[in-house]
Amino acid sequence: MTDRLHVGTRKGLFELSRRGGGWAVTGTHFLGDPVSAVLALEDGAVLAALDLGHFGARLWRREPDGAWGEVAAPCFPPKPDDAGDDPHPWTLGKIWALEPGGVPGRVWAGTMPGGLFRSDDGGRTWALNTPLWCMPDRRQWTGVAGGEQPALHSVLVDPRDPAAIRIGVSTAGVWASNDTGASWRLINRGMYAEYMPPELREDPIVQDVHRLAHCAARPEVVWCQHHNGTFRSTDGGATWHELTAIRPSKFGFAVAAHPCDPDTAWFAPAVKDERRIPVDGKLVVARTHDGGASFEVLSRGLPQQHAYDLVWRHALAVDATGARLALGSTSGGLWLSEDGGGTWTMPDARLPPIAVARFAD
Amino acid sequence: MPTVAFTSALHRFLPAPAMVVAGPTVGQALASVFAERPMLRGYLLDDQGALRRHVVLYVNGQAAAGLADPVGPADEIYVFQALTGG
Repeated sequence: MTDRLHVGTRKGLFELSRRGGGWAVTGTHFLGDPVSAVLALEDGAVLAALDLGHFGARLWRREPDGAWGEVAAPCFPPKPDDAGDDPHPWTLGKIWALEPGGVPGRVWAGTMPGGLFRSDDGGRTWALNTPLWCMPDRRQWTGVAGGEQPALHSVLVDPRDPAAIRIGVSTAGVWASNDTGASWRLINRGMYAEYMPPELREDPIVQDVHRLAHCAARPEVVWCQHHNGTFRSTDGGATWHELTAIRPSKFGFAVAAHPCDPDTAWFAPAVKDERRIPVDGKLVVARTHDGGASFEVLSRGLPQQHAYDLVWRHALAVDATGARLALGSTSGGLWLSEDGGGTWTMPDARLPPIAVARFAD
Repeated sequence: MPTVAFTSALHRFLPAPAMVVAGPTVGQALASVFAERPMLRGYLLDDQGALRRHVVLYVNGQAAAGLADPVGPADEIYVFQALTGG
């Protein structure tokens, strides 16, 4: 199991460790600054993305010896004259996802306004994936995810083949590359956007994918929390089946996939659309063990009255064993489970609003 | 040569001492700063070289219209930003 957890919040990065049977905050970094993404690298280094607002998105790297240093954040190239009608800015808004690339040193960064960046030196330098960014279809992407720009929030790299990549964009559906990003295609079929005009309802590019997660041992099994439903794919994100058994609601942002069992996943349901609070003020996690045919509603240890915690898309984490989970909320609540979500405990900390919780696997 | 001074809010993140640099405009004076301190650039300008929305420039106590404003050898450029929110 993983005994270290990183929690990125509105007011800093918190490091928790498991000690004496419980979890405690054992490190604080960037206190006062918003942390939008974090990734522990295979060599012991850590990347932390800051969303400073006034001063833009910044990226810091902690060396294995513990020393933090700022590194160059992903940067868009100069906007060419013939891109004047691009509806999206060529400037970094936020680093929304950091994912290991499956080979030593490689990291992918998903961003607002929808750019995908690649590093081959552990996050020290970055290059924009131009095949995706310069694709004419990108101009159809829209921005409804926490801002006015498209958000590239999920990057799934096939553990068996680092050239095979799936990305999720809010709002632009699921895109796939089998050549390390040299070419891309929109692949999702079977999702629907119930709020769109009828003729566009099933259009793959309008699907508001809130979060993707795949089973590491069976990466062709992909789970999706969508704006208006939960979906599962068994063919790498090409075709999707809605999981209508989800309870207590089908709206949410987060999903976590069991790393070994392709039939197990966790969601954090909430009241849909404008309200975005737990159903009946009860914070719960929905778990399936049968590929989404049925769900259990897990609540033991979670607040069950007047809880208005929302779980953002990167704030539900599972470790490499599938037994240990972390759940972070917009109210700064943090809960951990050692038994696959059956029971949850809260460390002794009142944290700022949580954007990301992630085990340092 | 003009002097460029920076808000103390930047000092939390990186060294930003006042510097005397060459440059006939605000933007070119800043470019001279960035040549010596490249990491400062991203804090003040976006990827396309535009001034960040909440970064404000003053020249001798007067708000600058933009990066193209001319500056003289005795001028002082002050870079600061409005902190907001909670």
